Amino acid sequence: MTANPLFGRDVISMTDFDRDDVKAVFKMTERCKKEGKSSALNQKIIASCFFEPSTRTRFSFEAAAFRLGAEVLGFGNEQMLSVKKGESLHDTVRMLDQYADLMVIRHPLEGSARLAAEVAEIPVINAGDGANQHPTQALTDVFTIQECQGRLDGLAIALVGDLKYGRTIHSLVELCALFDIRLYLVSPEALTLTDAFCDRLKKRSVRFSFHQTIEEVISSVDILYLTRIQRERFLKCSFISDPEELVLRPELLKKARSHLKILHPLPRLAELPREIDETPFACYFDQARNGLFVRQALLTMILNETVT
Amino acid sequence: MSETLSVSAIRNGTVIDHIPAGQAIRIIQLLSLLSRSNPIMVGVNLVSSRLRKKDLIKIENCHLSSDEVNKIMAFAPKATINRIENFAVSDKIAACLPSTIRAVFVCPNAACITHAETLDTLFHLKQEGKKITLTCHYCENICDRDHVEVRV
Repeated sequence: MTANPLFGRDVISMTDFDRDDVKAVFKMTERCKKEGKSSALNQKIIASCFFEPSTRTRFSFEAAAFRLGAEVLGFGNEQMLSVKKGESLHDTVRMLDQYADLMVIRHPLEGSARLAAEVAEIPVINAGDGANQHPTQALTDVFTIQECQGRLDGLAIALVGDLKYGRTIHSLVELCALFDIRLYLVSPEALTLTDAFCDRLKKRSVRFSFHQTIEEVISSVDILYLTRIQRERFLKCSFISDPEELVLRPELLKKARSHLKILHPLPRLAELPREIDETPFACYFDQARNGLFVRQALLTMILNETVT
Repeated sequence: MSETLSVSAIRNGTVIDHIPAGQAIRIIQLLSLLSRSNPIMVGVNLVSSRLRKKDLIKIENCHLSSDEVNKIMAFAPKATINRIENFAVSDKIAACLPSTIRAVFVCPNAACITHAETLDTLFHLKQEGKKITLTCHYCENICDRDHVEVRV
C-alpha cells in the first residue's frame, strides 16, 4: 500500500504542490499508463464543468473518468445553464456539489476554481481559470519531460511564446521551480513573465534568462516548450503581432541537441509548423496522450484513500 | 517639542502617529471613519524626525479593536497607536501586520472572479523590507500595496 497525499484534495494551483506530491502523481501516472482501464472509480460521478471551450483537457478528463469506471455529467459551454439567466458561479457550484463526487472546472475568470473549491464539499480540479493556472496541464508537461529525457534535475528548458497570459506557462514555471531546472524565457518584451513571477523564481534560486528569439537558445536546451499567443486574453493589445522569431522554422533544428524534444500544450497556430511533426524532435502528441494518464492518476488518487 | 503638538490634543480617544505621508486618507477609508460621528483630526505632511514627513490621525472618543489596529499596519507598518485618556497616553497598542486581510482591498486584476461574484476579497500580506506585497487569494495576482485600492 502506498501513502496517498492527494486523497480528498482540491487541485487548484501548482503552488499547492510540493515535490513529493508531484512524484506520487507521476508514479500513479506510470501505473495508469501501463495498466490501462480499471474500476477504481466504480459508482462515482464526475461533474465536468467547462464554461470555456476545450478539446484536449475536457475530453481527456472525461475519457479518464470512463476508463476508471465513473459516470460523467456536465457541459461544454454555459449556453445551456442558468448562468445565462444570471445565476452566480457560487450557486451553480453549490448545486453541482449535490450531484457528483468530484468536479472538474474550467472558467474564463481567474480565481474561479479557488472559489469553486471553497463552495463545494467535494474535491475540485482546476482545468484552467483564465490566465491564472492550469495545473493538470503542467503535470502532463513535466511528466512527459521526465519520460522523454529520463530525468528532471539538471535539464535546460526554453519556454517560448506568450509567457504573460499563458496559464499553462504559469503552472509550468511553478512546477519547474520544484526541480533543478534552468529556464530560458523566450518572448516579445510585452509578453514576458511578470515581475512578480520573476521575483518568486529568484527567491527560489531558479536560474533563468530572457531572450527574444528561438535561435538564441536552441543549441542550449533539452526541451523547447512552445505556446501560442493568447489573443483572447488581451484583445485591447492587438498591436502585438505574432513575431517571426517565435516560429520554429525547421532549419533551426540543425542547431539543436540530438536529444532535444519539442513540447506544445496545443492548440497550435503558426509557431509550430506541421513539417516538425515528422521529425524525431516532436513530442507534443505523446504529451497530449499523457494528459489522459495524468488525469486518470489524479482522479484515482483524489477519490481513493488507499492506492494499492 | 513633541511631534504631535502641531495638531490639537484630544481628551479621550486614539492617536495614530507616524503614518507615512499620504496614507492617512487611505486609513480613514479603511476604518470607515467618515461614517462615524466621532470628531477626527487629520494631519498630513507633518514634519517628522523619524519619517521626514508623516501623517497623523486623532479620533476623539473612539478606541480601535485589535483587528482594526492590525489592518492599519497594511498602510503604516511603523505607526504608533496610542490610547488617550484625560489628555495622556494610557496605553500603547501593539499591532502586527496581519497575514491576511479580508474585504478591504479591491483586486487590481480586472479578470479576477472577485469582480464578478458577490464575494469578499482576501489578500495574503507579506512585508519585504519597506515593501508590502499583497497576493490575491483567488487569482494569485501579486501587487504592491500602493497599487491596490481600498474597497469603499
